[in-house]
Amino acid sequence: MKKKFICIVCPRGCHITVDDDGTISGNKCIRGIDYVKTEMTSPKRIVTSTVKTIFKELPRVSVKTDKPVPKNKIMEIMKELSKVIITEPMERGSIIIENIMNTGSNIVLTRSCMK
Amino acid sequence: MKRDIIVIGGGASGLAAAISVKKEGKDVLLIEREERLGGILNQCIHNGFGLEVFKEEYTGPEYADIYIEEFNQLNIDYLVNTTVIKFNKIKDEFVLYTSSLAKGIQKYNAKSIIISTGCYERTRGSIIIPGDRPTGVITAGSAQRYLNIDGYMVGKRVFILGSGDIGLIMARRMYLEGAEVLGVAELMPYSNGLTRNIVQCLNDFDIPLYLSHTVTKITSDENNRLKSIVLQKVDDRFKPIEGTQKTFEVDTLLLSIGLIPDIVLLDSLDVEYDKLTKSVKVNQALETQVEGLFVAGNALQVHDLADNVSKESERAGYNAAKYVDNPKRKHKTIKLLSGENISYISPQYIDFAWPESDVICSFRSKGKIEKGLIEVIQGENKVLSKRLMYIVPAEMETFSLKIESLNENEDIIINLEAIK
Repeated sequence: MKKKFICIVCPRGCHITVDDDGTISGNKCIRGIDYVKTEMTSPKRIVTSTVKTIFKELPRVSVKTDKPVPKNKIMEIMKELSKVIITEPMERGSIIIENIMNTGSNIVLTRSCMK
Repeated sequence: MKRDIIVIGGGASGLAAAISVKKEGKDVLLIEREERLGGILNQCIHNGFGLEVFKEEYTGPEYADIYIEEFNQLNIDYLVNTTVIKFNKIKDEFVLYTSSLAKGIQKYNAKSIIISTGCYERTRGSIIIPGDRPTGVITAGSAQRYLNIDGYMVGKRVFILGSGDIGLIMARRMYLEGAEVLGVAELMPYSNGLTRNIVQCLNDFDIPLYLSHTVTKITSDENNRLKSIVLQKVDDRFKPIEGTQKTFEVDTLLLSIGLIPDIVLLDSLDVEYDKLTKSVKVNQALETQVEGLFVAGNALQVHDLADNVSKESERAGYNAAKYVDNPKRKHKTIKLLSGENISYISPQYIDFAWPESDVICSFRSKGKIEKGLIEVIQGENKVLSKRLMYIVPAEMETFSLKIESLNENEDIIINLEAIK
């Protein structure tokens, strides 16, 4: 199956195609090949979202994964986040969930909550 | 209550401006209408901020927090929950009236003002979509605020009109929160958002992008809720093509159709407007025609990146401080004019009363240009000639000029040419 990518390494935005036999075409530089290889084998993203709190002044507080996580784990992570409720004041950077879904990445607050 | 400088707005722009004023040793007061500092950064919970300024990737709230921490360390005076309602210049002094629940109406005086009021979203009214007027049609930024600050989902089946960055970011955000996002439509044949947002917000989740398409009909149900929209392809003159109609059953239509600088406060002042930026004209010090009145950030021109807002506003703060030291300047200005393929240029003037201020120009192109040559011409003289690659209207470009290389009598024209 042919796969198509838009390279986001630089603003040029090459449209790169990978054929069945693994031939890569459409890239204007070598960085496009590395980009496509990572995207084909282990694409990773930082996930950002919000979690509930018990505080009226700040009903939601924003969070992120402190490292990129595999793309196919994103929805499971979102599900875990929907179960979290922050009940005490915490600072930006505080870890909410350690090693989420065994990804080696922690969920941290991206803003301080009532502190 | 006389201050050296008052900064209006406490978002990315106002924070950077006030910090820079304070570092120049001037007295400054910042006025913010919301209950907390940070402005729109607080609802931009996605990452991608800070790559230019800090060489590190932060989320919006983190980026704001870094500035707020520095702001607090410098002990800068500020008011929250306070709106500036009236604003004027009387002789050499600015007079401001504010309104707040805590203090009622207050009057402040300042030698100089920095406008950091940001921008607002274009709404359905500005593009005139035929059909009913149901609930469920909402700007992408409002939906972002409801979701990220207040914790409400505005809908479950979503379509997005306009490929501005907020629309793309919200497509992903709504998808991750469990909504079905049926597509994003863009009138132009190219996206208005950053490529990385097309990839990471749409392609990652197989959300289709319909280029050269627009919404031509909105239908409501009996409860006046949005029921469906009609998507239609447009020709190269943006006219809907008959027979290309597609109906989508949705409960939400998010609009991401452009941002407009919020400069309503300047109505009472003798400023000169620029139709192209939809803001006011400034010189390279970011000072308007009204001496001592500076404008920066999205209130001056809508930026793609918060980092550029911070950098521009820092310059406004620095210059406002210099103005307070030396308010009586002999002005001698020339114009910077948008030439071929340029949709706007900022600043619009170069004022030789500001020899100490760098001339940093930003512009956007009218169309997509693979390889371009930017030329800055003053009379017979080519002041600058620079090659640029992959120019798109969605990405602002900059260049700087040396004021010593310019003469004080001739206007300057900026041309962008496509080359092979």
